[in-house]
Amino acid sequence: MLVVFFVMPFGIMVAVSFFRRQQGGFYTPDFVFSNYERFLTPFFGGVLGFSLMLAGLVAVVCVVLGFPFTFLLSRLHRRTQIVWLVALLSVLSLSEVIIGFAWSTLFSRTAGITNLLVAAGLMAEPVALLPGFGAVLTGMVYQALPYTILVLYPALARLDPTLLEAARTLGASPARAFLNVVVPALRDTILATVIMVFVFALGSYLLPQILGRPQHWTLSVLITDQAIYQSNMPFAAAMAVFLVLVSLSLVGLTLLIGRREAAA
Amino acid sequence: MSGLVLESITKRFGSFVAVDDVAMSVPQGTFVCMLGPSGCGKTTLLRMIAGLEEPSAGRIVIDGEDVTGVPTHKRDFGMVFQSLALFPHLDVAGNIAYPLRIRGRSRTEQRARVDELLTLVQLPGLGDRQAANLSGGQRQRVAIARALALAPRLFLLDEPLSALDAKLREAMQVELRQLQQKLGITTIVVTHDQREAMTMADLVVVMGEGRIRQTAPPIEVYRNPADAFVADFIGSTNLLAVEADSAGRAIVAGAPVPDLAMPAGVTRAVMSIRPEDVHLTGPADATIRGRVTFVRDLGGTIETYVDMAGTAITAVATPRERPAVTVGDDVGIVLPAENCVVLAS
Repeated sequence: MLVVFFVMPFGIMVAVSFFRRQQGGFYTPDFVFSNYERFLTPFFGGVLGFSLMLAGLVAVVCVVLGFPFTFLLSRLHRRTQIVWLVALLSVLSLSEVIIGFAWSTLFSRTAGITNLLVAAGLMAEPVALLPGFGAVLTGMVYQALPYTILVLYPALARLDPTLLEAARTLGASPARAFLNVVVPALRDTILATVIMVFVFALGSYLLPQILGRPQHWTLSVLITDQAIYQSNMPFAAAMAVFLVLVSLSLVGLTLLIGRREAAA
Repeated sequence: MSGLVLESITKRFGSFVAVDDVAMSVPQGTFVCMLGPSGCGKTTLLRMIAGLEEPSAGRIVIDGEDVTGVPTHKRDFGMVFQSLALFPHLDVAGNIAYPLRIRGRSRTEQRARVDELLTLVQLPGLGDRQAANLSGGQRQRVAIARALALAPRLFLLDEPLSALDAKLREAMQVELRQLQQKLGITTIVVTHDQREAMTMADLVVVMGEGRIRQTAPPIEVYRNPADAFVADFIGSTNLLAVEADSAGRAIVAGAPVPDLAMPAGVTRAVMSIRPEDVHLTGPADATIRGRVTFVRDLGGTIETYVDMAGTAITAVATPRERPAVTVGDDVGIVLPAENCVVLAS
């Protein structure tokens, strides 16, 4: 199973990344490094850096928002929890396209949320909130947040509620008890969730195009562009391989740091 | 007054009344055991004293100060939870120092206090261990040390020893009592183990169905239970139906109990007599007779089950006191009047 559905496609992609591109056609088998050489330029370096930064930011924002939310959720009535979880699952079932266009409407000048603020007297006139970095970030956080919550939920639901009560009997206010008991007790879960959301966000290629300007395009966007519109399969494959390697090594590095901290 | 006073505390969960109009006053330095079957409201009562639950009605007063509306972290007490609730991300010293740390005490002060407490609970030098690597008894001691770190005026424990094996539990009971006497701290322990209560408490509060059934020193509760519920819950007992004859004498299983009179105006009641107070004699030496149905020889004590004309009774004796009887023997049953407690119905 793993070999057929994971190792083989990935192997083919690695192989293709070394092939020679046929201008105006497809590609011919070869073994050249030109595809990799091509993005050792400031432009692709910048795009890669931006992609990693964006995915990291999405992951951090998602966990910062999602962790307290999930904590509160896990303290609610069982039935209320189920309603929330079903609602979150249904958001997860929305495709990137729908999320993208929904937010582009919400952020638009003609029909967007700023019209509500104008109606409420908080703003002078409606403005367009997109395209822009904030719009890209909002869309991607919206997409990844249900995923974050569902990953965090089991650990928080299992957390012994008396830990928090114990902290309170020892003189910690509820907020303080949350920060220095619940958060550190679940440090490993939080780290694992950040990594998972990071990888999830790295693969997003539609939202940056719909909600952002070209400078907000991620490596995934460029890969799509090369593979589908430029028909440059070898270059797209090379970028994809590179992206996988970079994100894997980042994940590995994070785990390594986590392990060293736990050992110390 | 100094100490803890509960004034008609009631707690409702929806339509269920968990704690029903409980009043109690615990003098400074007293060791109280709240005893009762599960679901009797004892843990809820303890959690209200801790501020983890809010009473539906009533007042909680500590040393003359009304703390009913005071949030948990501003009340001055230490608490040991049933699960112990040691913080998994901190080592032993970190756990014990937690209340000191969040109050911003200096590191030197924290270290000195942790060492002092570790010595107090007999775990010197274990500060840098992880809680997960300790034995059950050691974790228990860490939880106690952490709860006492700020030298609180009130010490609450919720079924603190229930996770330990029987032998360790007995040892910890003695230790906990000695610790409490050394510190002179007002202590409330919730337990369903009556042996625990007998070992440790100055005062036993027996609870049933959300109400206090009896508050008295342990031996008083044992010797003079207020009602059948208390008698049955504290230790084992024989609950016998008793009737008054025309002369006011108490009749059990059709025969009069020598020297035992029924309270005036009561014709039928239930009487409690402890198995160790039931003496077996030859059939000719007693007014009540019965037949032995089973003998349980436990070595240290021997339990003899006797059927008295349809009413079962158990007698417990040491091997030395026990008359040689076997199943099927006819015996006389002596119920000393001073050990019979006719219970309020």
